Amino acid sequence: MSRIQALGLSIGYGGAVVGEEIDLALAGGEVLCLLGPNGGGKTTLFRTLLGVLPPIAGEVRVGDQPLSRWPRRELARFLGYVPQAHAGLFAFTVEDVVLMGRTARMGRFGSPSAHDREVARTALERLGIGALASRVYTRISGGERQLALIARALAQEAETLILDEPTASLDFGNQLRVLSEIARLRRDGIGILMSTHQPEHAFKVADRIALLKAGRIVAQGAARDTATPSRLAALYGARVEDVASSLPTFSSRP
Amino acid sequence: MPRWPWLLLGGLLLLAILTGLGAGPFPLSPAEVARLLLAGPAAEGDAAFVVWSLRLPRVLAGLLVGAALSGSGAAYQAMFRNPLVSPDILGVSAGAGLGAALAILSGLALLQVQGLAFAGGLAAVGLVYQVAGRVRRHDPVLVLVLAGVAVGTLFSAGIALVKVLADPTVQLPAITFWLLGGLHAITKGDLVRAAPLVAAGLIPMFLLSWRVNLLTLADEEAAALGVNVPRLRFVLIVSATLMTAASVAIAGIVGWVGLLVPHAARLLVGPEFSRLLPASLLLGAAFLVAADTLARSVAGIELPLGVLTAIVGAPAFLWLLARSGRST
Repeated sequence: MSRIQALGLSIGYGGAVVGEEIDLALAGGEVLCLLGPNGGGKTTLFRTLLGVLPPIAGEVRVGDQPLSRWPRRELARFLGYVPQAHAGLFAFTVEDVVLMGRTARMGRFGSPSAHDREVARTALERLGIGALASRVYTRISGGERQLALIARALAQEAETLILDEPTASLDFGNQLRVLSEIARLRRDGIGILMSTHQPEHAFKVADRIALLKAGRIVAQGAARDTATPSRLAALYGARVEDVASSLPTFSSRP
Repeated sequence: MPRWPWLLLGGLLLLAILTGLGAGPFPLSPAEVARLLLAGPAAEGDAAFVVWSLRLPRVLAGLLVGAALSGSGAAYQAMFRNPLVSPDILGVSAGAGLGAALAILSGLALLQVQGLAFAGGLAAVGLVYQVAGRVRRHDPVLVLVLAGVAVGTLFSAGIALVKVLADPTVQLPAITFWLLGGLHAITKGDLVRAAPLVAAGLIPMFLLSWRVNLLTLADEEAAALGVNVPRLRFVLIVSATLMTAASVAIAGIVGWVGLLVPHAARLLVGPEFSRLLPASLLLGAAFLVAADTLARSVAGIELPLGVLTAIVGAPAFLWLLARSGRST
């Protein structure tokens, strides 16, 4: 059974159609990586899959039910989301930010319990930022914020995660840390749908790759068969030889 | 979480209450005030009358109005993700003021004044929220503030129209006096009728206080964390507007408290709403009692409370506005 599934999905907002005929399926223990140029419709697709934007046509299924049947709280225990690191508006501590990931597991009128705090601590430790717990989220670096948001998703304990360019604002060391964490989550059986602008990251962690251009999936399948230099060149409007030489995976091939 | 901010807030509140009960043309020391309070309302003598019948209702009104405006201000700031909004900047106070002025013009009872104030406040915040939601190409923080200013001005014009229509001998003075904002005319009956409305707004805010934190995130983020964003925001708008309307109905438009106090409270206890809400309530109650005490004792005549809070509030708002350009 798919964890999350898009069937003939048309997406958009405010009367404008951003993408059409999108078919995707994500299984447990699988990483599906979405590649595509800016403005290709990734964010709109994610917002639709999260149930924040209604689909224009087609259907989103989560687990064995249509997305629209899921109550918000139930959905949040199943499906987590990591946005691109944002600046934050109010000066919450990093611990409070991560504790927000526990909300769907508290009572309706609840507040964080000792157990919630322990889960949050563990999530922070797992990403190597335990020392940031009492620091203020708005005053740490962009990379640290991204790690804190990933820790929040871990604290959520969802079986499926959507990650919007999780490595975008990170330095090299933290990119590797996040990629290895994604690999570890996959081994734990978590299904992961992520977007990235770095094809080599997709090759590193993805089981499958989908190429999204102008709101359509132009290719989808096993990583190396799908994201070939010629397809990537067409996707990003680059020269094939430049793409091939910048990807170590392909440069050794004839 | 250290305990000192709570001790400080409790101390400020106590100080404001004792000073408020002691200060005035018949000055009483804090020790005397405490003694008279402990003696109970049946105590004999002029001092007991001054404390129990003249000053206590006014101090209680200050506590109630200050807490209501500050608590609703903290909630508006969180739910609109905007540290520059407050009941008055969003136009809620003007909307509630128009509702109340119409009710006074029609000679209605306080319960109906409150009801119309609530309806006017809801109309204002609903209008601001709808308009601001449609403007996407500008800084959302400023759009909300500007929409609030415009809607507030519109409702203020409505109030001015009501004043023109009012009977100049009886109604006009009543409306004008009340619009200046102040606690001078509040009776025990006003308090008894306003307090339950403030409490009715506060209860959902306290129950949902952890979730209010999540409204400061982007909508899709809060939704993905399990919050029904439109429903939660609706409940909070109704609660905060109820609190604002209850206070406008008895005290007129007292500006700036709902903007300033949550900021100061955030500096003390941080933005986490289950701490911010009680801190805002305590600080707002203390601030308004102190401001009212100052308003009635600083000069020979009583200064309008709204004027005093504006003198403190407007410069502070400009300072916050200047700072908001930089990342806060």
